[in-house]
Amino acid sequence: MNIINAIEQEVVAKNEGKLSFSVGDTVKVYFKIVEGTTERIQAYEGLVIAINNSGIRTTFVVRKIAYGVGVERIFPVYSPRVEKVEVIRKGRVRRAKLYYIRKKLGKRAKVKELIRKKEVSTAEKTPVASN
Amino acid sequence: MLGLIGKKVGMTQVFDANGRLTPVTVIKIEGNVVVAERTVESNGYEAAVLGSFDMKKNRVTKPYAGQFKDVCDPKKSLVEFRDFEQDVKKGDVLDVNLFKDISFVDVTGTSKGKGFQGGIKRFGHAGGRATHGSKFHRDLGGTAMCSTPSKVFKGHHMAGHMGVDKVTVQNLRVVRVDETLQVLMVKGAIPGPTSSTVIVKKAVKK
Repeated sequence: MNIINAIEQEVVAKNEGKLSFSVGDTVKVYFKIVEGTTERIQAYEGLVIAINNSGIRTTFVVRKIAYGVGVERIFPVYSPRVEKVEVIRKGRVRRAKLYYIRKKLGKRAKVKELIRKKEVSTAEKTPVASN
Repeated sequence: MLGLIGKKVGMTQVFDANGRLTPVTVIKIEGNVVVAERTVESNGYEAAVLGSFDMKKNRVTKPYAGQFKDVCDPKKSLVEFRDFEQDVKKGDVLDVNLFKDISFVDVTGTSKGKGFQGGIKRFGHAGGRATHGSKFHRDLGGTAMCSTPSKVFKGHHMAGHMGVDKVTVQNLRVVRVDETLQVLMVKGAIPGPTSSTVIVKKAVKK
């Protein structure tokens, strides 16, 4: 098993930082499409509703509503055809898989934006010397 | 015929340059020592005898150890490769680099044991209907003819022991040869359970 882990981790380590998003984020996936001899990059934007962690086979599911129809695409994270994944909006979610969103419509299918309070810099923290 | 003794490590997947996910079997090659050479003068044919995998000392009998005298420690697996295409001498240690320029290999192993199995699993018989009053399910069916020949021919497909056979899978593509891990990756499955001994040879038909 250790040899297999080593082989898989080699690829995972090479692509470190590719999995820099989490469930609930709205992302734009730049996916390379090969048409005969030409190559082009297609962007696919949507909500990440699941990440399936499995070493080199790790995939994530991106859901969007296209012309009123729900569309879900599964991307392998470590595939060389996934050019990059851009995080457009961070989401605040409380579960690891957002499958419930499939049954929701309109505003209920929305994920709140995650707003992290910026850490107060040390310069502001120190009280002004009163003398 | 070029070949080495290896150990099946297991299966995984790798992405190729086009982004296709390829299923691969990982085969570990531990140092293969040339234990003996067979020559036309002394044996009537050319071959190289390779040995691999160290043995526990208490399991080595004296006659068995005699084969390895002045060469190396006794090895568990000993395989003769006829007409070894590379010039090798007694005592040489071969590693996975042997397969560097080879794109297809044949892999021989011992298949997993299935125990006593019926005709359906063992030979792919069709079997009968499950319902609608059928009384013929997974049985064998007829085995022979009538008063002539009034016997069952030898080798007729019947229930019996299945598995633990010598099986060769031909023309497996070599996906990667890893020098540091001393590992060979071939596309697709190979016979036998993990950590079983396999013989990897250059493909005969390619």
